[in-house]
Amino acid sequence: MTLSAINSEKIPNNVHLSDDKRLQRALERWQPKFIDWWKGMGPEGFQEKDVYLRTAVSVDREGWAHFDHVRMPEYRWGIFLSEAEPGRKIGFGDNHERDVWQEVPGEHRNALRRLIVTQGDTEPASVEQQRLLGQTCPSLYDLRNLFQVNVEEGRHLWAMVYLLQSYFGRDGREEAEGLLERRSGDVDKPRILTTFNEPIADWLSFFMFTNFTDKDGKYQLLSLAESGFDPLARTARFMLTEEAHHMFVGVTGVERVVRRACEMMKEHDCDDVRPYGGVPLTLIQKYINFWYTSSLDLFGSEKSSNAANYFAAGLKGRAWEMKKHDEHLCLNDYYTMTCVEDGRLTQEDVPLRNAMNELLRDNYIDDNEKSVQKWNREVKKHGFDFEFTLPSKRFHRKVGIYSTHRFNPEGNLIDQEEFNAHHDEWLPNEDDRVYVRSLMKQVTQPGQCANWIAPPNKGINQNPFEYEYVKL
Amino acid sequence: MAKHKVEKIESFERHPKSYKHWNLSVDGPIASLELDVAEDGGIFAGYSLKLNSYDLGVDLELADAVQRIRFEHPEVSCVVISASKDKIFCAGANIFMLGATSHPFKVNFCKFTNETRCTLEEASRESGIRFLCASNGTASGGGYELALACDEIGLIDDGNSAVSLPEVPLLGVLPGTGGLTRVTDKRKVRRDLADFFSSVAEGVRGQRAVDWGLVDWIAPKSTFENTIKERANILAKNDTHISGDPVVLPPIEVALDGIHRDYQYVRLSIDPIQRSAKLTVRAPLEAPPTAGPSLRKQGANAWVLRAFRELDDAILHLRMNHLEIALVELHTEGRAEFVLEAEKGMLKGVEQGDRFALECFLHMRRVLKRLDMTSKTFLGLVTPSSCFVGCLAELLFLSDRSYILDDLEGEENSSIQLSAFNDGKAPMANGLTRLETRFYGNAKALETCLELCQTSKILEPEEAERAGLVTFCRDDIDFPDEVRLFVEERIAMSPDALTGMEANLRWPGPETMETRIFGRLTAWQNWIFTRANATGPEGALTNYGKPTNPAFDPRRC
Repeated sequence: MTLSAINSEKIPNNVHLSDDKRLQRALERWQPKFIDWWKGMGPEGFQEKDVYLRTAVSVDREGWAHFDHVRMPEYRWGIFLSEAEPGRKIGFGDNHERDVWQEVPGEHRNALRRLIVTQGDTEPASVEQQRLLGQTCPSLYDLRNLFQVNVEEGRHLWAMVYLLQSYFGRDGREEAEGLLERRSGDVDKPRILTTFNEPIADWLSFFMFTNFTDKDGKYQLLSLAESGFDPLARTARFMLTEEAHHMFVGVTGVERVVRRACEMMKEHDCDDVRPYGGVPLTLIQKYINFWYTSSLDLFGSEKSSNAANYFAAGLKGRAWEMKKHDEHLCLNDYYTMTCVEDGRLTQEDVPLRNAMNELLRDNYIDDNEKSVQKWNREVKKHGFDFEFTLPSKRFHRKVGIYSTHRFNPEGNLIDQEEFNAHHDEWLPNEDDRVYVRSLMKQVTQPGQCANWIAPPNKGINQNPFEYEYVKL
Repeated sequence: MAKHKVEKIESFERHPKSYKHWNLSVDGPIASLELDVAEDGGIFAGYSLKLNSYDLGVDLELADAVQRIRFEHPEVSCVVISASKDKIFCAGANIFMLGATSHPFKVNFCKFTNETRCTLEEASRESGIRFLCASNGTASGGGYELALACDEIGLIDDGNSAVSLPEVPLLGVLPGTGGLTRVTDKRKVRRDLADFFSSVAEGVRGQRAVDWGLVDWIAPKSTFENTIKERANILAKNDTHISGDPVVLPPIEVALDGIHRDYQYVRLSIDPIQRSAKLTVRAPLEAPPTAGPSLRKQGANAWVLRAFRELDDAILHLRMNHLEIALVELHTEGRAEFVLEAEKGMLKGVEQGDRFALECFLHMRRVLKRLDMTSKTFLGLVTPSSCFVGCLAELLFLSDRSYILDDLEGEENSSIQLSAFNDGKAPMANGLTRLETRFYGNAKALETCLELCQTSKILEPEEAERAGLVTFCRDDIDFPDEVRLFVEERIAMSPDALTGMEANLRWPGPETMETRIFGRLTAWQNWIFTRANATGPEGALTNYGKPTNPAFDPRRC
C-alpha cells in the first residue's frame, strides 16, 4: 500500500483532518488530480525550481506566515478556518438572531453550493490566466510574488474544495472535480465568470488584476465572512488575511511602474516615455479604466433577486455587516440608483435587499480610491500635476443596467459614435497592448530589475531585493 | 404559522353493526346496500345531511361495506345500491359541509370518495361483483356520480325523478367524483349532449335519460322493485365471479403514543417539527403459508392482508390528520425471503382460483394505488436492514426519490430483489405497472428489469442504481447527509407546487379514465374551488342557499 498523501503532516489544517474519514476519502481522490492540474496548468517552466514561499501552517500569529524555499508541487496547501466564535448567531436577513448553521441547511443547499463554486472557480482560473507570466518577469522578486499569489490562489481553491467535500455530499465532490476540469479561456469548458477567461499577457495587466480583480474577491469574501453558514464564514475570514498580499502586489506593482515613468519623464523632460522604454501615465490610466471596469462587472447586476434571496436567507451579508450596520433586516430601506430611462439618467428607489450587489460595489469603489490616491502621491512626489482617476461606474460595463448604453468616463450618456471616437483615448487599443508586451523581457539576475519598472522599496520577509527568491 | 381549523378524523374504520347511513343485507348472491342517511349524523357538527346527501362518514361506511362484501360475503355477485327515502336517491355531497370545511379537507374528501367509486368498478372487473344502481328518486351531483360508478343504472320513471349534475349551473364548481369523465368515457354520452346535461340544474329524466345513455333503463313505480330484482338476478349470474370461504375482517389493532401509530406490521412516526413522517412496513415474522388453503386459515392475520390493511389505515391518517407533513420516508424491515414466500403463496392461490387469495392480492394493489394518489413526497430508503423485495419493492417504485445505502463497512449490504409481483401484477391508474411507468419509453431498461423479476436476483446497491431501480446509491459517509439535505430542501418548497410536480411525474404515458378522473379533480376542480367565483364572498358556492346571487369575475382564463 502506498503511503497516502492525505495526512495532517502534508496538509496543514485546523479541521481535524486526521479524524475526518469523509474528508480523507474525498481528498484521496481529489488531491492527485489537483497536483496533475497544478503541473499541467500551473506556472509554466518553474515547477522544479525552489521558490521562497510563505506557507500557512496554522491560524495563529506565528503559524500563518512560515517562509521557506520549496518546489511548488510540494507546497503544503492547507485547510484553515478562522477560530469559531462560540454562540454565533446569524447576523442578518429573515433568519436574523437564530443560531448559525454548522451543517448546510437543505433548503439552501443549491444556493450555497452555487456561491461556493462560483467563488472557488475564480481561484484556479487566475492561476491559469497567469501561467505564462514567469517567462517575462521583471525581477526575481516579482517572479516570487507571482508564485506566491499562485500558490495562495491554489490554497483558496483548497478552502472552497474543503467546504464542497465536507458539506455537500457527492454533488459537492463532483463540483470539486469540476473546478479542476474547467479551463480559463477554453471554448468548451470555460471558467464560470467571463473576466477569468481572458489571459493575462503582460505584467502591467497582472498588477492591475491583483489590484482590481483580486479586490473584488476581497469584497465577496467580506460578504461571505458574514454568512450564516458558519464553516463558510470562518473559511472566508481566514482567506481575507491572505488576500491582502495579492493586493499589496498589485498596488505596489502599479506604483513602481508609475515611479519608473516619472523618473523617465524627469530625466528626459517629456510626457511620452515610450522612446525610453517606459509606460506613459496616460497608458496606465487606460489600463486602469479597463481593469477597474471589468472588475466592477464581477459584482453582478445592480438589481438582483438572487442577491436579495441570499441576504434574506442569511447566506451572504453586507461587508462588515456586524461591525458597520445597526439594522440587519433591510426590509424597509431603499437604495437610490441611477438608471437609464427614455435615453436619460433618472433616479430609482430600489428595495435595499435587491441592491445588495450595488452596495458591495460601492464599498469596493471606495477602497479603489485609496489605491489611486497612492499612485497620485507617487506622481506628485516627482513634481508632476498628472492625476489618475477612476472612471464612473457606468463606464465600459458589460454586465448590468449600464451595459446596454454608452457612457464617457465621467458617466454621462453618449452615443456609440462618440464612444467609438474616444475609444483609443479611454481604453487600451491593440497598439498599446503590443507596446506593453514588447517591454516584457525576462530578468532573472538577483538584484536586477527590468527598465520599465522601478525596483521595490524593500524585499520579502526582511530579505533584501537582491535575495535569491527563486533558485533557477 | 397560522392556526388552521382542525378537522380530525378519529378512525377510518367502520362496521355494519354501527352504520349510521347504510343498511346492508345479504340474500344469497345478492347484497342490498340501502342509503339511509341520518340527517344529524354528520361526521362534523354544523350541517344537516338532508336529502340523502353525504359527507365523509357516509362514504367511509360505503367503502367498508364494499370491502366487507368482498371478504366476508364471497358468495355475493351483485350489489344493489338503493335508497330508503322517497323521491330522492341521493343529493350528492352536502353543500353546507363543503362550505364549512377547509380546502385541504375538501380535496382529501373528494379523493377518498373517488377512490371508493373506482373500487366499485374494480370489484366488478376483478371480483365479478356487479353493481346495480336502483335510483328510486332523483340522483343529483355526487348521487348520480355514485350511480355512474355502478355497472347498471335503473331510474324510476315518475315524471319527476331525474339524474343530474347541477354543480356548474348551481354551485359554480365541477362534479368532484368523476361525473363528467364517466358520462363521456364510460357511459359514452355524446359530448354536446353531455354539455347540455351538465349545465342544466334539474338534469334529465325519463326516456330521454335512456336515449342519451345517462341511465340504462327506466321503470314506473309499480314495476320498479320487480325490475330491480330481475336485473339483479341476471347480473348476479356472471361467470367471472368465483365464490369461496368468508373471512371476517377484525378491527385493526393499533397502539398510539402521540407520535407513533404502532400496528403489528406497520409503524407510522410523525415528526411535526421536521414536517416529515416515517412509515415502516415489516416483513412477516415467521415463514408464511405457501398456498391458498393455509392462507385462508390465517384469514385476516395473513401478512399479505394484515400488513396492507394496516398500511392503508396509516396512509389515511397521514393524509387526513397530518396535512402539514410534507414528506414520508418509506422503510421496510425484516426478512426478505418471508416477504417473497408470502407473496408467492398468495399469487399461487390466485392462480388456483382461491377467492380469498384473490381479494388479498386486489387489496394489496388498491393500497399501493392509494399511496400513488397521496399528496406527500415519498422517499424510499434502502438500508441493510430493509426488505424492498417483490410487493414491498413497489414502495420504492412509487416513491418520488429513493436512495440506497452502500454500506461498504457493514456485515451485510443493502439490496433490492424483484419478483413476479413486479412484472404486470400491480398496474397503476395509468394501466401500466410501476416498472413500466418508471421505464416509460425505455424498452431496454424495462426488459432488463423484467428479466430480474424472473430470476429474483439479489441486487447490490450499485447494481440497483445501474438498473435504474433507485435514484441514487450513496456510501455510509454520504448517505445520512444526503438524505437530510434532501428532506430539508424538499420541506422548504411550495406544498402546492410539489403536489403538482409529483402528480405530473408519477403518471407518465397513457391516460385512462382513472387518471383523467384524478387528474381533472386535482387540477381543475381544486383550481375552481380556490377561485373567488366559487368560494369568494360573491362566489356561487358561498351564496348557495342564501338570498344573494353570485357575482362573477367575467374573465375567462
